[in-house]
Amino acid sequence: MICLGIEGTAHTFGVGIADHRGRILANRWKTYVPESGGIHPREAAQFHAEHAGDVIQEAIEKAGISPSEIDLIAFSQGPGLGPVLRTAATAARVLSAWLNVPIVGVNHCVAHVEIGRLTGKVKDPVTIYVSGGNTQIIAFNSGRYRVFGETLDIPLGNCLDVFARKIGLPHPGGPKVEELAERGRKYLRLPYAVKGMDMSFSGLLSEALKLVKRGETPEDVAYSLQETAFAAVVEVAERALAHTEKSEVLLTGGVAANRRLREMLRSMAEDHGARFTVPPDEFCQDNGAMIAWTGLLAYRSGWRQKLEETQVRQRWRTDEVEITWR
Amino acid sequence: MEMIKKGAEADLYLADFSSVLHAGKSGKVVLKLRVPKRYRIREIDSWLRKQRTSLEAKLMIDAKKAGVPTPTVLEVRPDDASIVMSFCEGKQLKKVLDKLPAKKRRQICRKIGRYIARLHLSGIVHGDLTTSNIILERNGRLVLIDFGLGDYDSSVEARGVDLHLLRRALESVHFRIADEAYRLVVREYRRTFGKGAAEIIRRAEEISKRGRYVAREERAWR
Repeated sequence: MICLGIEGTAHTFGVGIADHRGRILANRWKTYVPESGGIHPREAAQFHAEHAGDVIQEAIEKAGISPSEIDLIAFSQGPGLGPVLRTAATAARVLSAWLNVPIVGVNHCVAHVEIGRLTGKVKDPVTIYVSGGNTQIIAFNSGRYRVFGETLDIPLGNCLDVFARKIGLPHPGGPKVEELAERGRKYLRLPYAVKGMDMSFSGLLSEALKLVKRGETPEDVAYSLQETAFAAVVEVAERALAHTEKSEVLLTGGVAANRRLREMLRSMAEDHGARFTVPPDEFCQDNGAMIAWTGLLAYRSGWRQKLEETQVRQRWRTDEVEITWR
Repeated sequence: MEMIKKGAEADLYLADFSSVLHAGKSGKVVLKLRVPKRYRIREIDSWLRKQRTSLEAKLMIDAKKAGVPTPTVLEVRPDDASIVMSFCEGKQLKKVLDKLPAKKRRQICRKIGRYIARLHLSGIVHGDLTTSNIILERNGRLVLIDFGLGDYDSSVEARGVDLHLLRRALESVHFRIADEAYRLVVREYRRTFGKGAAEIIRRAEEISKRGRYVAREERAWR
């Protein structure tokens, strides 16, 4: 069984093709880069609409299949930005009608975990999902992906991106902050916010920006920002790991590319005798392959959706999804 | 010294009074030690351990002032991230609640409700209210332990989480009596807390429905 999955929740419009044995036949994408400032939802949606056709065609060519071999269409139904979600959903509905094959809407966050399990070769991990739009510590328990901890305000990736932008670094800011941080030497005290199992990054961001204004070097501030923010994430992950007694740790999402975060999580995992994995970059960032694969899992475990049930769900929570395939 | 609990954040040891405090008294004390974490830089690590050690000791003392029995803090050493406290000899409520006679059990539930309300009224949330963190002493006294996740927080959300966590613990470990037990806790909580209790109890319901907190299987993990 072959599924074509469409991802569209934020910057990236992605199309992936997978089969039921977990082979990824294609994974293509196009990313919207705002000219200035943060993401403009309608502009992003327009960008996605303009490129949807090309990316879909590219993916089908890459997979070396004919459209008639596609048995299922999956799409990211949520959570995400409304206009962007609607564009991806529309593309998916059109394809499903044209090919006359079923359609399933999948949860974007759950898809990140599933592609991580597949490509990171882990069975039942504590997942640290950190990106520009989400920050969640997730573990499977009785039929659902439970969110053990999450951000109370802005996502980790957003914190790093906004910091970069405000000090004049070009998009995407994350890698630039990482480079700066590697040259930082002096730790400057920043607010550390772990509340119970949740994290908060907005106070940290505004303090870091104040320090730059006050004349501290961007290198030292970037270093302090990363160390403080990552320590909070790793601490919550550690609590979740100890609590669930799982033996695998999976890092995914756009921020997974950060080497320092990887290093910290690896050393925490080692101390608990757990295995640490990061999937290849193309499966950490937003991608269509994860949607295709999760669509297959859902469909093959009995999910069926009528066309009128494919409305997008901007605030669809990870732990609302019943995981029928585990 | 004998280790009695190894957790994600701290280790607990049982020791002789004299060996820890260099005083002439005899008896058992508990030493709680926050262990360094090598994943974070030293500056953050030592600051956090120090600050949390002070906070925890302060919470325990303030809880006691508010009329909630807690272990007595005998010494705080923020620089070593350690607290020495009295050892409460008794049983974890988790292990005995189901076996108690109904009358005694109901009395305990009401007492728990009263204690939570007293904590909340003095601006404290416990942060990890489970029946493993309540000790029933032989003389019938209830003692609340482990304020390691506690905080000074007067928000409806934080208070709601406290009630919610207790309910989860009751449902997962004491499912046979959970409904009645939680009802009694809440009734007494409402009575002691007074104005504003209804909103907190409602919030606790809402948090349960959000489904993000897992039914805790009780484990000594922290």
